[in-house]
Amino acid sequence: MYPDYMMESIRMVERTRPKRLEIARKMGKSVFPPMSEDERAEVLNKYHPDYKEEARRVLNIGMNKGEKITTKVADMLESYSRIDPDRIDLSRFDMETDVLVIGAGSAGLSAALEASDAGANVLIATKLRLGDSNSMMAQGGIQAADQLDDNPAIHYLDAMGGGHFDNKPELVDALVNDGPIAIKWLEDLGVMFDKTKTGSMTVAAGGGTSRKRMHSARDYTGAAICRVLRDEVYNRPDKIKFIEYTAIIELVLDDKGQAVGAVAYHLENKQYSLIKAKSIIIATGGFGRLHVMDFETTNHYGATADGLVLAYRAGAPLLYMDSVQYHPTGAVFPEQIVGFLCTEKIRGMGAQPVNRDGELFVYPLEPRDVEAAAFIRESTDRGLGIKTPSGLVGIWLDSPLIEQLSGEGSIEKALPAMLRQFQRFDIDITKYPMLVYPTLHYQNGGIDINEKAETNIPGLYVAGEASGGVHGRNRLMGNSQLDIIVFGRRSGRYAAQRAASGATMGEPTLEHVRRYNKEASALGIDPKKVSPVVLPDYIPDHVKAKQLTAHYEGSLI
Amino acid sequence: MEIERKMLTVYIMGEAYEVPEGSTILMATEYAGFQVKRGVGCREGFCGACATVYREKGDYKLKGGLACQTVVTDGMAIAQIPSVPAEKPIYNIAELEANENTFKELFPTVFRCVACNTCTKACPQDIKVMDYVQALKRGDIARAADLSFDCIRCGLCALRCPAEIVQYNAAILARRLYARHLAPKSPEVDIRIEEIEEGKYQPEIEEMKAMPKDKLSEKYYKREIKID
Repeated sequence: MYPDYMMESIRMVERTRPKRLEIARKMGKSVFPPMSEDERAEVLNKYHPDYKEEARRVLNIGMNKGEKITTKVADMLESYSRIDPDRIDLSRFDMETDVLVIGAGSAGLSAALEASDAGANVLIATKLRLGDSNSMMAQGGIQAADQLDDNPAIHYLDAMGGGHFDNKPELVDALVNDGPIAIKWLEDLGVMFDKTKTGSMTVAAGGGTSRKRMHSARDYTGAAICRVLRDEVYNRPDKIKFIEYTAIIELVLDDKGQAVGAVAYHLENKQYSLIKAKSIIIATGGFGRLHVMDFETTNHYGATADGLVLAYRAGAPLLYMDSVQYHPTGAVFPEQIVGFLCTEKIRGMGAQPVNRDGELFVYPLEPRDVEAAAFIRESTDRGLGIKTPSGLVGIWLDSPLIEQLSGEGSIEKALPAMLRQFQRFDIDITKYPMLVYPTLHYQNGGIDINEKAETNIPGLYVAGEASGGVHGRNRLMGNSQLDIIVFGRRSGRYAAQRAASGATMGEPTLEHVRRYNKEASALGIDPKKVSPVVLPDYIPDHVKAKQLTAHYEGSLI
Repeated sequence: MEIERKMLTVYIMGEAYEVPEGSTILMATEYAGFQVKRGVGCREGFCGACATVYREKGDYKLKGGLACQTVVTDGMAIAQIPSVPAEKPIYNIAELEANENTFKELFPTVFRCVACNTCTKACPQDIKVMDYVQALKRGDIARAADLSFDCIRCGLCALRCPAEIVQYNAAILARRLYARHLAPKSPEVDIRIEEIEEGKYQPEIEEMKAMPKDKLSEKYYKREIKID
């Protein structure tokens, strides 16, 4: 429950609620004027975390050398391989497959299914369990332009505008055109979307959408999709194999520059093994667990951008790694759920963001970067946020309005995950607002791909959050769930085609890793700095101070 | 602002540790110095990776919960269950029929349910597990799909079931059957796919793809917003 001093602010929210309800009934979603182009630019420049001096720095290594990118990513890339290439025997591979999929979220699972449909044998490698991913945690929805008042061209313009027109046009073209097809594919596999009695999809608005095109499965949309894809992968044991608790830590190239394999690391027995593959798909997701700018994150434990490192060392360029998405509404109270996602669907259903005095201060459905920057402005310079007992600050998301707008019980029906999340800590969001603040949510950029999910390295494909270009410099809600299905499937299809095309493997090599290590050494980087990160480290300092093992070898763990 | 915290004693895998009050089981485990590799996933209650059994001081009951969502109490004894060994039948969803015979064949254990309600009590999502198992016995796939919707597949139900039912695997079959075979189809989706295949919207998209940024931006800020 909220402490007394926070309840005082909640009384103010309750006092202004009838008036705000009246505006909502009259004006629909337009309860506050949307920002103009200039207003957006101003609030982003002044308040979005990306625009802070320390947010970005020049990268000194690899393909994107000289480019200013997110500091934490530059730190991660300026490092050594986890292995000494001289100790890896490339004459013998331990496993062999047509298509290797790295990562087992919805992009990887879609890729595996599509590749197996195309006749390829597939091996999925994942460092945790099948399905453990950000995909599983997506709540609000998946966009697809299948409604009568909507179409892919309108979806195209929304996505481009949301991304500040930096999106790669051919990728957005693929995204919006494949949208309705993806929805049908998912439904045929058995995903239960929210529907009307006659079968039409129930759709909602999202930040930056000009039509209602958010399809949902209550507020377990990502889970509803991902668990079906996983179940279907389980149903194809002859065609799709998978290895869990195994992180891929390097790619193997050949002397012709093709991707022909990978170095795998088992998290428990610490063994390395070699996988040979005709095509390789990176579907490893994003970087939330790097805690960019020290923000809390909505992301999965494994979101450490491993795929970015593999591809970058192998010579694939990155795109828009200067851009980070902060979701406007991360929980800040109670402390057990700080940083957790409060889905955009809550605002899509009519909940309004209000300040300490219960006043509206922003159009509730701006694109995410604009909305987040407006929340930060309200809480900092304007001083109208609400402080928590642990010293954080937030603004109210007035969820009880939903019950008044759509009837009692509508939160339970449409937002059961949210209701349950807060109820576990004795807060009833049907009666009291939620305290929220921007939280690190999404890697807007990533490995550069084309519409076939191909990189510049023959045989290497990327799908989902690990890729860059689909969303420009800011992704809209629901376009990631669509991205992972559309480009997951495309990568699977083209990777299988390549595997069947009879491309021959040359001499396998880790020369690129040697070269990268040398580059790191020439920069004077501390030899202890290695990547990929694999898992974040939350062991507290007082324990670390006593971890004094000098040599981590053999049985000393 | 650091706040003073009371320390509690918890027993993690049988060993006592001092951890701050207010910690979840996952936070407590990490505070104790464990680098968790199993029994951890999304950390937000959506993935079901962190099924945990625990007993609280002075209580005879063995309880279940998610490590990322359960706050520790003083004297709590905790054991994590990172993997549940359970059977999963192989099937082709397109070829199955949405009725109880499918379950008789693929999940015969469902019909051994003795209605003891242990599964429902074990569920950290407060799902009426026994009710959906009963619905499956009656062939009411739609109800089973609806009741089981919020399942995160942590496996605690199956671990406690005296009839050895793997409820969560039966539940996902029910949901897939419902979506594939029982839910009315969306007429709009099929129409739109046909239009896309005919290239109906492609000229407009190609025009925008060729537009310079400033022109596209102008078009964007003038676009009609219809979301009410």
